[in-house]
Amino acid sequence: MLKVIQNRREQGYRTTRYPEEPINLYSRYRGLPTVHQDCDKELARMCAEACPQQAIDAERMVIDIGRCTFCGQCEIQSQGKLVTFSNNFELGTTTREALLTSGSLPALAEHSKKHFKSLFGRSLQLRQISAAGCNSCEADTNVLGTPFFDLQRFGIDFVASPRHADGIHVTGPISNNMKAAVLSTWEAVPAPKVVIASGCCSISGGPFYGSKDIVGDLNSLIPVDLYIPGCPPHPLTTLHALLQFFK
Amino acid sequence: MDNLLQIYNGRALSRSDIPDLDFAVFQQTVLEFVRRDGFVVQFFAYENEQNVLKLLTVLRSGKELYVCGCSLADEYPSLTSECEKFHMFEREVAEQFGARPKDHPWLKMVRYHENYRGKEDVFGNDYSRDIPGNYPYFTVEGDAIHEVAVGPVHAGIIEPGHFRFQCAGEEVFSLEIQLGYQHRGAEKLLEQAGLPLLRLPVIAESIAGDTAVGHSLCHSQAIEALAGLEVDEGAMIIRTIALELERIANHIGDLGALSGDVAFNPPLNYFGRIRGEFLNLTLTMAGNRFGKGLIRPGGIAFPVLEEQRRIMLEKITDETPGITNVCDLLFSAHTVLARFEHTGTVSRSVAEKLGLVGYAGRASGLAYDARVSFPTEAYDSVQANSNQRTTGDVYSRANVRREEIMHSLQAIPELLVKGLDAEPVPVPGSYTLAPDSFVVTMNEAWRGEVSHCLLTDKNGAILRYKVKDPSFHNWTGLAMSLRNQGISDFPLCNKSFNLSYCGFDL
Repeated sequence: MLKVIQNRREQGYRTTRYPEEPINLYSRYRGLPTVHQDCDKELARMCAEACPQQAIDAERMVIDIGRCTFCGQCEIQSQGKLVTFSNNFELGTTTREALLTSGSLPALAEHSKKHFKSLFGRSLQLRQISAAGCNSCEADTNVLGTPFFDLQRFGIDFVASPRHADGIHVTGPISNNMKAAVLSTWEAVPAPKVVIASGCCSISGGPFYGSKDIVGDLNSLIPVDLYIPGCPPHPLTTLHALLQFFK
Repeated sequence: MDNLLQIYNGRALSRSDIPDLDFAVFQQTVLEFVRRDGFVVQFFAYENEQNVLKLLTVLRSGKELYVCGCSLADEYPSLTSECEKFHMFEREVAEQFGARPKDHPWLKMVRYHENYRGKEDVFGNDYSRDIPGNYPYFTVEGDAIHEVAVGPVHAGIIEPGHFRFQCAGEEVFSLEIQLGYQHRGAEKLLEQAGLPLLRLPVIAESIAGDTAVGHSLCHSQAIEALAGLEVDEGAMIIRTIALELERIANHIGDLGALSGDVAFNPPLNYFGRIRGEFLNLTLTMAGNRFGKGLIRPGGIAFPVLEEQRRIMLEKITDETPGITNVCDLLFSAHTVLARFEHTGTVSRSVAEKLGLVGYAGRASGLAYDARVSFPTEAYDSVQANSNQRTTGDVYSRANVRREEIMHSLQAIPELLVKGLDAEPVPVPGSYTLAPDSFVVTMNEAWRGEVSHCLLTDKNGAILRYKVKDPSFHNWTGLAMSLRNQGISDFPLCNKSFNLSYCGFDL
């Protein structure tokens, strides 16, 4: 018992005051990228060509953060002349098109469906489905339950049964072997229900695009309401998206 | 031993140097080797340029590594019937290439997909039907027997898999584990003709995201060997630190989860928070909490400068006393000990037969640690760890984690004070792979031995890319740990192993 008290005293109170107080992530974190429109076209084409995710469109001068794994190669290759990644972790969008960006995203709160806010604004229960996720998306969603983030203080929680859920949160490129399980879990959630695609895998197949063993796009199976990009999305990216979309 | 060629971790050689044996000689040689304290690192098939099906194996014993191969007929006498260590490997070969091991005691699909050669399916499956196809799960019959089926979607934020328990009351007679739900075709993608080499590191990092550093290290070392790239000493130290940070973060998270599984909440919450601190340290180096983007063939993509070094040293110094105290809280609570001790025991002899690796193996008395036996990067300069309690139960698996956390917490500061000056490698890198070559790489990632094995063709294109996650060995260990256990101890046993679904499913 004494050890319990002693550890409690040592560990203290660690929950973040976000969103009342901003959090600054360490400078190396790669968040929302800016595509510099004045970049030399030839350099832009070279970077686009070399992008492992084929996420850069050198003609339209946009980057698709639904494909991007935020590896940072284009920033290094172009020495920051084509792309620079900012510390901004606020990446959620309501449409796939909005993820093709040159550096700004539509304000999420204004684009969310109003009836979702009234339905789920006070209480939101989500069923998480890992559909061939590599366990980094899963792990960084799970940490929202740890004391630092403490997701439950916002009335949001992940539940075991789809029957108790208001929506699904899907990670991974949706392997063919998980397709049936994703669909039946979604069907088991009572309507009205929300569909969230989290991580570049569920949005575009991520690093596995081109494999014949995956579906590679959740939206092709079920209409997606909220996109949360990243590889994986930072926990704060998910937290921000959930708060803006539902609160 | 004439039939085996001694090789070295991460050193490329010509494919023509690999002994190409008659199948009968291959079988005899390999079985004899594993009977004398030998273990299987790799055992896989591939089609050569003449479309001949070949079998290749990499074996280890002590600090030595060997390779040999043979041609493989569409039907061959199973090695598993003589030795359990080949059990999953032969099933994988049957699934990937349609070659049937005769008299295999449990010939069952592994990941549920069509074979690569368009051969008649060994398992008689029609893959337009959903997993598990026509496979009838193993059942125990009797009036007192009941069956519990769990998954693929589990009651938490975890990867999918299916578990079948055959029970009498609370007692589990048999646990069958069906994976394959996570199969993304990773190996096929890695060796896909025309796939740009620069996609490979990104794919490798997502084979198992909680082992992003372990797998990307294996990948980079393999490419470095085949392309003749030299890695700075500083970069090797940084990559070693990254692998140890990955180990600490995962072990700490698992100790917390184990505590939660026995309803002792303080360590669950403290370790949950502390794990995040270590992911953030990885972000300090890599810009990503899992280390994605850091390791690239030739070295590292981001330098570790004075600022990052200082942040890491300070954080580790700050957190170490707290980790020590929370560990003490966990391991001295009698309610915890009552649940951890004598639960889910895997005896040394079973562990040896199955060839368990990593902490699961060490907790059962198999001391093997690839950092010691086949050191890469800066591991020559890291003092080896040792384990005090190795009785194979949940307590041992938890205690090995605790010891490894403390070991890594000591090793990282020692590495951090060395010269970390390393020029980041230019990305995208440009390199070509040596033709007609072979390389195997092995690293002790947090779960155990990760290994990548590459074969190139006469043009230097990748002919075969074989990935092995330690989970490939260890899932069978989890199934064995449940024999005659209470079914309510499953979460505890499962978490004490904490195996990778996607690392297994590829």
